[in-house]
Amino acid sequence: MNLDSADAISIATAVQQRQIKAVDVVKAALDKIAKRDNQLNCFTNVTAETALQDAAQIDNEIALGNYPGCLAGVPFAVKNLYDIAGLTTLAGSKINAENPPATQDATAVTKLKNAGAVLVGALNMDEYAYGFVTENSHYGATHNPHDLKRVAGGSSGGSAAAVAAGLVPLTLGSDTNGSIRVPAALCGVFGLKPTYGRLSRAGVILFSSSFDHIGPFTRSVRDIAIAYDVLQGEDERDNVCTKRPPVETFHLTSQNIDGLKIAIADDYFAQKAVPEALEAVQKVADALNVTEYVSIPEAHRARAAAYIITASEGANLHLDKLKSRPQDFDFATRDRFIAGALIPSSWYIQAQRFRNWYKKQVREIFQQVDVIIAPTTPISAPEIGQQTMILDGEEILVRPHLGLFTQPLSFIGLPVLSVPIQREDALPLGVQLIAAPYNEAAILRVAAVLEKAGVISSPAN
Amino acid sequence: MNDKKFNVPQYVDQTASLLNLNLPEEYRNGVIENFERIQVIAKLVNEFPLPEDIEAAPVFEP
Repeated sequence: MNLDSADAISIATAVQQRQIKAVDVVKAALDKIAKRDNQLNCFTNVTAETALQDAAQIDNEIALGNYPGCLAGVPFAVKNLYDIAGLTTLAGSKINAENPPATQDATAVTKLKNAGAVLVGALNMDEYAYGFVTENSHYGATHNPHDLKRVAGGSSGGSAAAVAAGLVPLTLGSDTNGSIRVPAALCGVFGLKPTYGRLSRAGVILFSSSFDHIGPFTRSVRDIAIAYDVLQGEDERDNVCTKRPPVETFHLTSQNIDGLKIAIADDYFAQKAVPEALEAVQKVADALNVTEYVSIPEAHRARAAAYIITASEGANLHLDKLKSRPQDFDFATRDRFIAGALIPSSWYIQAQRFRNWYKKQVREIFQQVDVIIAPTTPISAPEIGQQTMILDGEEILVRPHLGLFTQPLSFIGLPVLSVPIQREDALPLGVQLIAAPYNEAAILRVAAVLEKAGVISSPAN
Repeated sequence: MNDKKFNVPQYVDQTASLLNLNLPEEYRNGVIENFERIQVIAKLVNEFPLPEDIEAAPVFEP
């Protein structure tokens, strides 16, 4: 078994069938991290000791004839805004490094561990999740495994790059405006931002609660489905977490897409992108025989409203520290946070009201279609330190515009999977599969068909 | 709002002062630049006419 390219389910199956020991899988992951992470800078903490103990426990369970869980022996890691018992939760910041260690794991970490997965560490991110590049002045930039001169995307950059480089097959990130989907696209892996409230955020440091979501990164569609299934469930520790019963999706990844209506997003989602990003969308559409288009109205205002709400809520969350120790913030976030603190309340409320209006418009669209296809990012991975890019003949800032196509969707909590398109002699790109709230099932059915057809895949390692 | 007449540096200084947010000189220009950007972005939201019966969702259920 090639552990560099094996997906989580292949590993768990081999562990369950005693073809390989969980301890050996975890040792191999720790070795890879030790060899490669000095170049990539994905990890801010490696929990080698507890990982080996947990893996030995899985092997013991198997030796006793007990079921070790559907993710038995699968090494995983989480963005460093997830609580890990015994470690201080950094959220990419210097300030939080002074906090005492977390006393319990985040709900999502507990759920993966209960399924037999083995936590091997915490992953780099933009400070307080406010960014799309993971160029963190405290902990360094995370490098894109496809080209070390380039960014991994962000803010869950460590989470995407660790999976793309084959360090671990499964990671968790968070997405407020695109922070799972953007790095998934730039690193060429799968990244799911489920419906708002579908997965518990308990034990995760928030950024802008109106939009904060958590979700997995993987190398295969079936891994996304199984991780999503494991992570679902009501949680009284997160008052946004839905009380709806879980909807299992794993079995759907072997179904076809008969009866699903699929369309390509045009207008806003077909502009201000390099031709290759739109070609990636066309490639997916062609593979699905999709020729219909839909227009999502006022998407540019949705992005604007998302910006106002994020800036206001993020600034408010950190206001005390912005007052008392602004010098300890990352210079990449500090001035934006302070400016966000100065936004008048009427702008914020107007943005929240607009959000409700927009939600109603988009709900109408989902009366006609089940899945919408759109690019994830307007460009492939920019260089580390790159400030501007040219789109449609206009020079614009790189950092905020990486979220051009993701922000209007997380704004109303739609479930979106970014699927990876690998390109010969070129950097990968992502395509968003978007569905109505709580219809992750439709997205996963479409993704499974695309994967089977060889149109989407994780990078070869 | 008349954007041409609006004095962003003054607004930034006054509002920061109202919030007891000491704004060191070395960050002031960056904050002003960011607020100018926010002002342009907010215009897209604020100029859009919304029906009066559209309220912010206190509990948001997508």
